[in-house]
Amino acid sequence: MKLHTLNILVEDRPGVLSRITGLFSRRGYNIESLAVGTCEIADMSRITVTAFGDDAQIEQVRKQLSKLIDVIRVSDLTATERVERQLALIRVAAGSGQVRMEILQIAQIFRASVVDAGEKSVVLEVTGDTEKIDALEKLLRQEKNVACRDAPAPAAASARSRIL
Amino acid sequence: MGTTLKSGAAILIESLLQQGVTTLFGYPGAAVLPVYDELYSSPVKHILVRHEQAAAHAADGFARASGRTGVCLATSGPGACNLITGIATAYMDSSPVIAITGQVPTNLLGNDAFQEADITGMTMPVTKHNYLVKRTEDLGRVIKEAFHIAGTGRKGPVLIDIPKDVSVSRIVWDKEKDTVNLRGYRPTRTGHRQQIVKAMDLIRNAECPVIYAGGGVIAGDASGELVQLAERMMIPVTTTLMGLSCIPGDHPLNLGMLGMHGTVQANSAITECDLLIALGVRFDDRVTGKIEAFAPHAHIIHIDIDPAEIGKNRQVHLPIVGDVKIVLVQMLAGLTRGKEHDVWRRKCTGWKEQHPAKYNDDGFLHPQFILRKMSEILGADAVIVTDVGQHQMWTAQHYCFRYPRQLITSGGLGTMGFGLPAAMGAHYACPDVPVFDVSGDGSIQMNIQEFGTILEHNMPVKIVVMNNMFLGMVRQWQELFYDRRYSFTALPPVDFVRIAGAYGIDGIKVESCDEIVPAIRTAIETDGPFLLDFRVEREENVYPMVPAGAALHEMIRGAGS
Repeated sequence: MKLHTLNILVEDRPGVLSRITGLFSRRGYNIESLAVGTCEIADMSRITVTAFGDDAQIEQVRKQLSKLIDVIRVSDLTATERVERQLALIRVAAGSGQVRMEILQIAQIFRASVVDAGEKSVVLEVTGDTEKIDALEKLLRQEKNVACRDAPAPAAASARSRIL
Repeated sequence: MGTTLKSGAAILIESLLQQGVTTLFGYPGAAVLPVYDELYSSPVKHILVRHEQAAAHAADGFARASGRTGVCLATSGPGACNLITGIATAYMDSSPVIAITGQVPTNLLGNDAFQEADITGMTMPVTKHNYLVKRTEDLGRVIKEAFHIAGTGRKGPVLIDIPKDVSVSRIVWDKEKDTVNLRGYRPTRTGHRQQIVKAMDLIRNAECPVIYAGGGVIAGDASGELVQLAERMMIPVTTTLMGLSCIPGDHPLNLGMLGMHGTVQANSAITECDLLIALGVRFDDRVTGKIEAFAPHAHIIHIDIDPAEIGKNRQVHLPIVGDVKIVLVQMLAGLTRGKEHDVWRRKCTGWKEQHPAKYNDDGFLHPQFILRKMSEILGADAVIVTDVGQHQMWTAQHYCFRYPRQLITSGGLGTMGFGLPAAMGAHYACPDVPVFDVSGDGSIQMNIQEFGTILEHNMPVKIVVMNNMFLGMVRQWQELFYDRRYSFTALPPVDFVRIAGAYGIDGIKVESCDEIVPAIRTAIETDGPFLLDFRVEREENVYPMVPAGAALHEMIRGAGS
């Protein structure tokens, strides 16, 4: 069992996402994360899914997905050379100036940037691999009360594909 | 040339005609009124069923008997929901069916309007594809795509949901402009050349080969090529329930059906073979039993049009994705007569002689004996449709099928109630031969209302009820595995002759052995429908039987063996 990243190129039509997620649940597989976005080809969308499974299971999922009429291509990126980045937005409670300073120091180490600052909290944006984001979160939790963390999204192949 | 406006309903009917549809099965309702108004003056023959489920099964029966796509029509909400069992049945057996449903107008979609049901959402897991058509402009293209999808590749049902305003709106329609261009749907038809060369080598070198043929051979019209391969290379053939009629029942190389209720020779040959050529099959659990013990000594070649079937249930040594007919033609081109496999074939014949299909002719009314008689009398001159249960297995074991599509049965989903409406569909596919629906007293009551449809059109559908006052197959499992605790499987007696009579269908109750042959003859000689109510032995079992999860060689052969 390992985490696989599937890159699914689909027709940009209503109901496509539901066909894909429905297939996962119907065949007994769990989706770990999911990102959907338009892509460089007109009328198509790119869906990036990560899911745990052994090679045979994921191969079966790949084949079943390929059978969907609205699915144009499915590739398992796990074995291929690829760039993988997660993006996280983390809201941290920061009432006093002292706390705020500490948070900013930690943010600097992880090259996270402050995207919003309010009276009681700041929001940090960080990109990187899972380990880096987990480490940052762990540190912030030790220091402060982390109020909220976005689900990490595999942004590499979906939203950013235009830049590639 | 002036431009004429056409309603969505008119576009629908014209598109169906363009696809060669002559008959459809349906049931009207509010959301499909515009479509029914078009049908009123259309050359398409509409058969009014008595329950929408029957419309779906009838379209499926038509498709299985003819090889062409069957069509059913229902209204929104409950009408559409009632189709689902039929659609799922067609999906599991890869049968090309188009289901057309009415829907509430687009401005009410999602509002829980009267008779609204999200039928595209509900049928997503049981259709090959489905459509909710929101613009009349899309309708012509969608219908073309739907027929293309249903009838090519691995065939299957496609549902088209049409909101009422889409069928009412009028547009300028140029039917030539609608083309099929599906980027995500390009089935592979020709087999990979190198894989075929490897397959031919395996076939040439095998000592104990077996062909395991399934519904894909019939769906792909490859029965002729299959028999050629078997005869040229002298390979015994076993078939699944869905593949039963792809090689004549009395062919010397035919080992009969394999699996849970398969023959001793078929299951033994699978267990001992050194090469298994799997054609248009999916290694279903009812066929393989314990999967690790299935063909344990064999190299396996798996030929199928659906790449997802390769390695799904069983890892195989040599997969070939392609249309089974085309792949067989490719292989036959390179294969010349080889080994005769005398020793192996003698071994298979030996099993067959030691364990012939058993039936009792002790003067009591045994269903197996009745089916033997039906097979003798009707032979190739009838299409046989079954329901689901013991009678279905006895039909598979004791009727000698002569040509592809002679047997129509619900295999994958095992839908009780399938038989009678599927027989109606089969009649419109093969109007010149009688259709015999072999059923049980449980199954027949699941769609018994179709007696009305059958009589209305005087269809030559002969209804054979193996009446044992039990849900026989479930009772058999209770007898064998639940200590004879017959929990809710006994049925009170029903006089089917009287029920048929109330609909205007004649019938005979048969209670003794000497009445069997005259009763079958009367059914044949009577114009239109006829019912035979056979009061058979109540606690007869289907043998041989491989218990669920056991290996094929661990079969129970039944009393006296």
